Parts: sequence; C-alpha cells; structure tokens
Amino acid sequence: MHASAQTVSPISLRRRVTDHAMTGVAILTVLLVLAPLVAIFGYLMYRGIGSINWAFLTQTPKPVGEAGGGMANAIVGSIFILGIASLIGVPFGVGAGIYLAEFGRNRFGSAIRFTADVLNGVPSIVIGIVGWSILVRGHGFSALAGGVALSIMMVPTISRTTEEMLLLVPTAMREAAYGLGIPRWRTTLSITLRTATSGVITGIMLAFARIAGETAPLLFTAFGNTFWNWKATQPTAALPLQIYVYANSPYDDWHRQAWAGSFVLIVLIVTAVAAVRYAVRRGSFGAA
Amino acid sequence: MTACALAVLAVLILIVYELISRSGLSWHAFGFKFFASSEWDPVSEKFGALPFIYGTLVSSLVALVIAVPLSVGVAVFTTEMCPKAFRGSLSFFVELLAAIPSVIYGLWAMFVLVPLLSTKVEPFLGKTLGWTGIFTGAPYGIGMLAAGIILAIMIIPIISSITREVLLVVPQQQREGVLALGATRWEMIRVGVLRNARAGILGGIILGLGRALGETMAVTMVIGNRPEIAKSLFAPGYTMASVLANEFSEATGDTYLSALVEIGLALFLVTIVVNALARLLVWSVTRGQPAKGTA
Repeated sequence: MHASAQTVSPISLRRRVTDHAMTGVAILTVLLVLAPLVAIFGYLMYRGIGSINWAFLTQTPKPVGEAGGGMANAIVGSIFILGIASLIGVPFGVGAGIYLAEFGRNRFGSAIRFTADVLNGVPSIVIGIVGWSILVRGHGFSALAGGVALSIMMVPTISRTTEEMLLLVPTAMREAAYGLGIPRWRTTLSITLRTATSGVITGIMLAFARIAGETAPLLFTAFGNTFWNWKATQPTAALPLQIYVYANSPYDDWHRQAWAGSFVLIVLIVTAVAAVRYAVRRGSFGAA
Repeated sequence: MTACALAVLAVLILIVYELISRSGLSWHAFGFKFFASSEWDPVSEKFGALPFIYGTLVSSLVALVIAVPLSVGVAVFTTEMCPKAFRGSLSFFVELLAAIPSVIYGLWAMFVLVPLLSTKVEPFLGKTLGWTGIFTGAPYGIGMLAAGIILAIMIIPIISSITREVLLVVPQQQREGVLALGATRWEMIRVGVLRNARAGILGGIILGLGRALGETMAVTMVIGNRPEIAKSLFAPGYTMASVLANEFSEATGDTYLSALVEIGLALFLVTIVVNALARLLVWSVTRGQPAKGTA
C-alpha cells in the first residue's frame, strides 16, 4: 500500500447550512431568554424609581381608596420577619451542614441529604399551610409564625451549601489539628468552619435572597397589617404581601406603590447580599 | 450537629403529619371522588379538585413547551458556542432570573405581559392558530396562556443551569472524537453531547416542572382564578396553589378548610415524586456531585 493523499470530500451544503442555522437558533434562544430579564428590570427601574417618595418610605398605608401613604411598616415588618427566620434557620442549617460534611458519610447522612432535597422542593404555599396549622390555629396570625415558615425554607439551601464548602477544606488541615491534640469538635468549629466561612456565608445569603421575596408562606402566617407592629405575636406587614395586595387592587395609586415596593424589595435583596459579600471579602477568611 | 440534622427530618415528618391529619375530614367525606369531581361549592360544602388539578397541569405543560427549547438552547450556546470570555456573565444573567421574587413576576405580568397578550399576541394567535381549538375565545390576556408564559420565564434558569451542568460533565474527548470523524459543530453537539446528556437534561426539565407545579403568586395574579375546565388557553383557569392562596385564609367551616388542606397534600405529594425523579436522573449523569443552582 502506498500513501496516496485521499482528497477529503467537502462537507455538503446541507450540513453546513444546518450547522449555521442551529448556531442562529441558539443565539435566538439566548436573546429570547434575556428579553424578559431586561424587560422586567427595565420596568422595575422605570416604574419603581419614579414612584418612590419620602412618604412611601416613612408612612403607613392610607385607608382603602385614599391616595398617598407608604409602606414603611411593611419594610420594617419584612426585616423583622426575615430576622426571626434567620435566627432560627441559620443555626439549624449550618449545624445540619456541619453534620453532613463531618459525620454524615453514612446511611443516616444520605437520608438527611435526601430529606433536605425533598424539603427544598416543597411548594412554599404548602409550608405556609403547615405554618398556619402549627402556629396560627388557636393563637392568631403572627410575625413569629411567618418567620418560622420562612426558616423552614432556609434550612435545605444553607445545609447543602455548608456541606459543600466544608468538604472543600483539605483533610490535611483537619489532620494537622488532630496531630496537635485538638479535639474533633474544636477542630470542626475553629479550623474547618473557620476556613470555609466565606463560602458558608454565601450559602446563607443565597437562602436569604430566596426567602426575602417569598409571599405565599406569609399569606396565612404573618398575614399583613396596615399599622406598625413590634410584637412577634401579632399580625405583621411584609413587603411582598403588601405588593401583592396593592397589585390586585383597582387603584392607580396603589399600583404605583406596588412598583415602588417591588423596587425597594429588589434593592433590599441586592444590598443585603452585596454587603455581606463585601464584608466577607474584606475579612481575613480565606478559602472557597 | 446531630440534633440539627434530626431537625431537618423532623420538619419533613411534621409537614406530612399536619397535612394528613388536617385533611382527614375531607378525605372521609369525599374519598377519591375529590379528585374526579369538578364541583367546587363552598356554600353547599361540595368539593372537587379536578379544575385545580387540570389548571395546574395545563399551565405547567404550557410553561414546559415554551421553556424547554429556550433553556436547552441557552445551555448549549453557553457551553459549546459562546466565546469563553462571555460564558460566566451569560450564565450569571440567566440565573439572575431566578433571583426575582415571584410576586414581582406577577406584578410585571399583570401590567406588562397581560396587556401585550390581549392586544397583540392573542388576537394574532386566534387568527392564525384558532382552528386548533386551543387558541379560541375572547383575548382577555388574563388566563392559562399568561400563567404558562410567566411560569416559563421562572423555570428557564432552573432547566438551563442543570442542563449546562450536565453538558459540562460530558467528557471533552467525546467532542473531539466526533469532530475528528468529520462532523460539523452542530452534529458534534447533537451526537456527541446532547445524546450523552439526555438523562440529565430530562432531570433538569422535571425539576423545572416541580417548580412550576408549586408556583403560587405569579400564577395567582394572572390566571384569572375561575374553577373551570376550558379547552382554550385564552380562558381563565385556577391552579391548586392559587386556590390555596386565595381561599385558605377566608375559608369558613371545617370541611372547607380540610378540602383545601387536602389540595395542599396532593400538591405536596406530586412535587415530592417529581423532585425525587428529577434528582435521580441528574445524579445518574453527574454521579452524585451535588447539583448547584437548584434552589
């Protein structure tokens, strides 16, 4: 046999056209997906910024049909409820994550991991019903019930990201600590968790951002309130709830306030996430 | 730590227990007929969940029909075609869609999407595809189609991020091998990449379905909230999640409440099955590496 250079037949026109056409289709899908993103953020800026004024940020809602007033109590109420949710959800989530990463390489660990995934998929409205069933029935609507419902939604996200981040910490670091005679619990807290702090906090912020805009679990727990409320045992206003109520109302001024509320909500979520990220980056925690 | 892990388990058990015990009354009164009857009459205490089940399924199906091609297209573009420099920012922007709260989607849909549908899209669809029977009737804007579209936008980031992930675990040699056989880039993607990632992509789609089935606020704001079974997508409908959102806090009478909780229980069970199936499929491809971006 002698090596005769076989001429490669050119790729047929049909195949080349298909190739280019499919590239075009892929680009088109990207544009179609980005279009609503731009439209939603654009509208939020356009309607939101124009609708915010001092009264909106400092006053409570006016009676039905009356123009003016604001959502000050809902903004504070949201922060209140989110605070309760974080107080409960963060320790449980991080704790479960530590368990899964450090002690969970067994059957029970897998079961917990699966449970967390299942919990993550439970529709938020169902969590709201359960929150109502446990904490509201017989006691009345309360900020506490809202916070507990939201904390249930935080735990799966936090525990899974905490686990992932702890697993990124090299085993050699744990072994070095054991070698110095440091007990296991101390190693976990001061070495492993410390090293993975920034990653763990990112997970917490993800969970926070997720629950900050949740409306459905609050419908039958925190319920909403048109006045100021500082008691955890009373119905409390929340920004997403107020947006929902105002959006469904027939009044133009309330629609305006719904847009303003949405804008504040997005800003709240973005600044909370950005602030913590910045703080973590400034700090001396390495890794992840 | 163990206590925290146990708490996760305890919460799930508590959810199941509460849902089952609170829906008992309705279960004893109506049995399986609850899911087959389409009568929803709180006044005479007759409850059937069929219109809600129908609305949930149809709106989610519409969402999938729109979202699946778009999400897979975006994922393919990001992993296989996009210049490396833009990959990160493109997937960031797509995932930004997941950060928008449901109620803001609803607000946007009410004031931007619905008017657009009723003045432009629905009249056009009615004229060109009216013969199919699913695009007929008055173009209100509010209805099944609007709910499906807003759901599609909400589940695109889920499906596309999972798809991207499973495409990334397809070995590079697979691509090079197919290219070496003289395939064009598209043929390489079709034969070498998509075919290998089928199970994982299906997992992503089912995960998106799970989210769509349980989505509440945005849907409630645009679907029209009428418990009817209509063939046309222009017609208003009702979903399991939205009937809970609308009627739960105003429900009077134990049977009424219990019927609503039973809808919640059904929704819970369906989403659990759907999610478990999706996880299994994604795991089978990524081999147990945890799927990110599913929150």
